[in-house]
Amino acid sequence: MDKITLGAVNTEPGSSLNYKTGSWRTMKPVLTPENCIFCNMCWEFCPDSAIEPADPKSKKPIRIDYDYCKGCGICVEECLANKNANLPNALEMVPEEK
Amino acid sequence: MASDELFVSGHRGCAGCGMATAVRMVLQEAGPNTIVANATGCLEVMTTGYPETAWKIPWIHAAFENAAAVASGVDVALKKLGKREGVNVLAFAGDGGTFDIGFQALSGMLERGHNITYVVFDNEAYMNTGIQRCSSTPPYASTTTSPAGRVIPGKQGKKKPISKIVAAHDIAYTATATIAHPKDLKTKIKKALESEGPSFVQIFSPCPTGWRFPSELSVKLSKMAVDTGIFVLWELEGGNFDNIRITYKPKERKPVEEYFKLQGRFRHLLKMPEKIAEIQREVDEKCAEFGF
Amino acid sequence: MGVKQVVKGNFATAVAAKLARVDVVPAYPITPSTLFPEQISQYVANGEMDAELLLTESEHSAMSAAIGASASGARVATSTASQGLKLMSEMLFIASGMRLPIVVAVGNRALSAPINIWCDHSDTMAERDSGWMQFYAESNQAALDLMLMAFKIAEDHRVLLPAMVGLDAFVLTHTMEGVDVPLQEEVDDFLPPYKPVYTLNVNNPMTFGSFGTPAHYMEFKYQQWEAMKSARKVIDEVFADFERKFGRKYEKVSEYRTDDAEIIFITMGSVSGTARAAVDRLRERGIKAGAAKIVVFRPFPLERIKDIAKKAEVLAVLDRAVSFGISGPVFTDIAGALTNEEEKPMLLDFIIGLGGRDITFRDFFEMAEIAKKTMKAGKVDDPVHWINLRKELLEGGA
Repeated sequence: MDKITLGAVNTEPGSSLNYKTGSWRTMKPVLTPENCIFCNMCWEFCPDSAIEPADPKSKKPIRIDYDYCKGCGICVEECLANKNANLPNALEMVPEEK
Repeated sequence: MASDELFVSGHRGCAGCGMATAVRMVLQEAGPNTIVANATGCLEVMTTGYPETAWKIPWIHAAFENAAAVASGVDVALKKLGKREGVNVLAFAGDGGTFDIGFQALSGMLERGHNITYVVFDNEAYMNTGIQRCSSTPPYASTTTSPAGRVIPGKQGKKKPISKIVAAHDIAYTATATIAHPKDLKTKIKKALESEGPSFVQIFSPCPTGWRFPSELSVKLSKMAVDTGIFVLWELEGGNFDNIRITYKPKERKPVEEYFKLQGRFRHLLKMPEKIAEIQREVDEKCAEFGF
Repeated sequence: MGVKQVVKGNFATAVAAKLARVDVVPAYPITPSTLFPEQISQYVANGEMDAELLLTESEHSAMSAAIGASASGARVATSTASQGLKLMSEMLFIASGMRLPIVVAVGNRALSAPINIWCDHSDTMAERDSGWMQFYAESNQAALDLMLMAFKIAEDHRVLLPAMVGLDAFVLTHTMEGVDVPLQEEVDDFLPPYKPVYTLNVNNPMTFGSFGTPAHYMEFKYQQWEAMKSARKVIDEVFADFERKFGRKYEKVSEYRTDDAEIIFITMGSVSGTARAAVDRLRERGIKAGAAKIVVFRPFPLERIKDIAKKAEVLAVLDRAVSFGISGPVFTDIAGALTNEEEKPMLLDFIIGLGGRDITFRDFFEMAEIAKKTMKAGKVDDPVHWINLRKELLEGGA
């Protein structure tokens, strides 16, 4: 157990990473990588910084960090592939396995 | 997760928190040479539970009503110590800490002319304490202290036009933004940061918990608010309202009812067409004022 | 050694801030402390002081800005009084909790209502639980000296707590007195620059003002408790250092003719001089009186009070404030300090001089009479007495 700091100053920036919010999920977004069109809207809008962005150059799709994803579903809602009726869905919400 | 994020995962914001997305966008633009003075509120509580912090920039919270004053102290201290050059000083606060209890400190900061960018994350009620009515709460919204009762249908009175009041201080830059328009938001933050003197950005920040909508709709609701004309995206340099520039004009305005239908806080209105018509009329008038 | 100047108390605190090379002065004017920001403004406007003056729109914002500035690594001082200190109150607790060594000169003034601009200690007494150290000046010289010492004590890494220096409204703030104003090089030699432990710094980002849950909150409060305890030692060291460098001696509690005293008056602030003169007159009348002046009220000088209590049959506490429903605040602290002592004097509490009512020899004679009666009776029925009360103005009064 670390000792407390003077006046509750937190000297470890970004230490909230120690807390995994993934356990909050009841639903989870699932990516079909081949359907990702690298728009990165999911990354742009994720409130939890839980999306690793796609790289359109190397055609690397996005990656979801399930350690932190709370399953809000914004990524699925805003996915441009999902919004385009002519394209197959890249992201879907599915119930979290218990 | 992108390693260059300055606002990292693990914070305790509700799933779908519009403000959390807004904070990410602001810091992406501001970069690491940024110090934030943050008011008490959801953002402070959800990000700094000791011994953890979601911030990777220097950040200070003191109390609810004084983000602008704390930031003012940081500003002058850094100046005196020769450390001000190249550093952005920002104040973050919610609508309660800005429209209501922090209004005086904000006005003081603006009048003194500090080179500070004040960002208000406007979720239209006191969410941190459990969804109480604020001067930012829109007409007829149901909150825990303005409940939709049998006699009184939600919040009475208008929403305080905070950005106009702020701009009336004749400051360097004032703007409104939403997370549904990220490019617009980031451009405005950039302009605010580059302005010499005080700047202010009001970011419309949907709250799934307080507004009672499914968590995936935070971005969609931001867009709906703009497309109905309920929230207008504008910017202004200085205090002459003739110079207001609308940065995004919906091609065709949607009826306000479509926006209300998605939120539990307005559900009672759906049975009150005369109230919806009243708001529609007010929104129409406001949009006419803005020239669309 | 210094330059003799005839100055007001407010000037003494302002010149102390200047000599301490304060970086930031966030200020809001209030009677009787306005001369402080006025004087600092003059210094800054004339280029005599290299400080950032931040004229806020309220005392609340002044203390908030002080917190932001102090967390940024600046040495910060301001001044206020009465309602202004009340408006700051929320932020006082936060400054101490964040361990920021801000120094404030308080022109001790009564609290509303009714509104009153004159001297008593209600304002600072009501902040005795704020986690700030509290010093009380008897003279303008003491106001200057205690301000200088307050920085050194507050900024000591064993302490890191804010401090307030009380000087009585008008009696000191506005009264001209000869003061030895130290030279800048003397002060520089005494008071090194502030070296903060943590600062807001983009090259080493930290989070200030965290949210403390029940898992940690108590430990942070204990940290403050310990800091206040170590302040006792640091205060003695700094007082000794000051005496060596400037030749003026300060003690947490100063005694006068207490050694064989039966009645010891306990005072704070400007009335202490009157108390000493009254002691002389009482002794002329054959009454063995003494006086003790509390200079440091927080941390409370427990050991010194215990020592002094051993000497007397009656401790007559002068309280220039009242805690309605019990007694004056100094009295309860002294009673608390003595509660586990095997032998202790009888304690009397005199509520006196509220809202600027003069405290005169006649009042001391009256208090001595009550003390004498108490000694004769050998017991205390009601310890609290209001002195120089105009009973003719009260319902049912004479």
